[in-house]
Amino acid sequence: MRIEKKVTVDAPRHLVWDYVTEPANYCVFMEGLTRWDVEGDRHRGLGARYRMLLRVGAADVGGLIEVVEWQPESDMAWSSVTGVDQRGRWRLRVLPDGRTRVTFRFAYGVAGGGLSGMIAERVASRPLSHRFQQMLLSIKRTVESQRESAAVG
Amino acid sequence: MPESGAGTTAHAGERRSQNGADPRQRPAGSLERPSLLRRLFGEVQSRLTADLDDRDPDFIRENLSLSWLIASIWFRGEVRGMEKIPEQGPVLLVGNHSGGNITPDTIVFTLAFNTYFGVERPFYQLAHNLVLTSPVGPYLRRFGTVAASHENARKALDADAAVLVYPGGDWEVNRPTWQGNRIDFGGRRGFIKLALEADVPIVPVVSVGGQETAIFLTHGERLAKLLRLDKLLRLKTLPVNLSLPWILNIGDFLGHLPLPAKITVQVMDPIDLRERYGPDPDQDRIYEDVTSMMQDQLTELASERQLPVIG
Repeated sequence: MRIEKKVTVDAPRHLVWDYVTEPANYCVFMEGLTRWDVEGDRHRGLGARYRMLLRVGAADVGGLIEVVEWQPESDMAWSSVTGVDQRGRWRLRVLPDGRTRVTFRFAYGVAGGGLSGMIAERVASRPLSHRFQQMLLSIKRTVESQRESAAVG
Repeated sequence: MPESGAGTTAHAGERRSQNGADPRQRPAGSLERPSLLRRLFGEVQSRLTADLDDRDPDFIRENLSLSWLIASIWFRGEVRGMEKIPEQGPVLLVGNHSGGNITPDTIVFTLAFNTYFGVERPFYQLAHNLVLTSPVGPYLRRFGTVAASHENARKALDADAAVLVYPGGDWEVNRPTWQGNRIDFGGRRGFIKLALEADVPIVPVVSVGGQETAIFLTHGERLAKLLRLDKLLRLKTLPVNLSLPWILNIGDFLGHLPLPAKITVQVMDPIDLRERYGPDPDQDRIYEDVTSMMQDQLTELASERQLPVIG
């Protein structure tokens, strides 16, 4: 199952990039995220690992993830090492008017598949989709507010 | 899944033939077929002997989706305080138990543990012998369920696993619905001895809602005694409840369709028994303290509920 959400942020790309790649911000902008802890020495960048848990239905699901793609100010992707199969991606692109187009993709799959797996994936997609939409709006608000503060300062 | 207190059962796995051989194994070169009774006995023995290797993390992972659907949609499960469970090492999780032979608290909590810590962390649940010898026994063994006995629990704790025990077991799951918000371990203190011997912390796990999945009428102690079930099957009760699809359900041997009651589980702070009660603690005092703490928690959870079943 793949969910994709987009938002346009009225701020330069580097501000958005700094915000979405800082692990400490995840529990702030993602509703229902109960954990996004750095595992190991690397805080961010290629190979950085995080233990993440997201409340979905009756359980906190997630596991250990690793950043597998890192193109500064452009793309960051992670993939699961343990736990639920997942792959996430941030994609930032500069629009002609200087604003930043933010795309968030999240693909996940239930191990073993089967009918219950298919149903579980579909049942989970609705709340996740809503949450990711809210997450992007939260990022937009925060980063635009940072940009305004920087402009005033 | 009614489960009973550790240390309350004779370990069937120790019952071997006089020459020490496993009764399931035929002597080398023998052409005799073991009798049906002997084979049955061997099968029962094998199911009650904990082989920790029966737990299959890949199988658990592949079956979590079904547990998640049941826990999320049917029981609207909510588990709080998982972060209080020590991140690693052996730990004895002590829960109250509800719901007759279909125990939603176990489904909800087992799912929560496996998703929170990952299926890689060894986690075993102690269950009544009848559960392990039932047709779903082999399935549950792969989930990490072992027969409730002091030896099995000790074996798991010594292997650095987390172990879930329901001291109230078959007694508590069948308490009348109007006593649903009561902790009732029936005086079973085996879990304290186990935690002290293995020198592991205990973590109380309190759940509410399970006793609303049917209308539980009575433990049926007198009936169980009359039919000698306590001697024959280690059952001290022959519960009677009103449930689907049977309406009047005596014994609950075939289970029932639980009502979709909301299940809320609260994990409490870990307790290091020796740190709190000294090097040679009074087990009666620990029992009173632990059950009182759990009762306070259960009362608090119950006070949050607006309506039966709906939660």
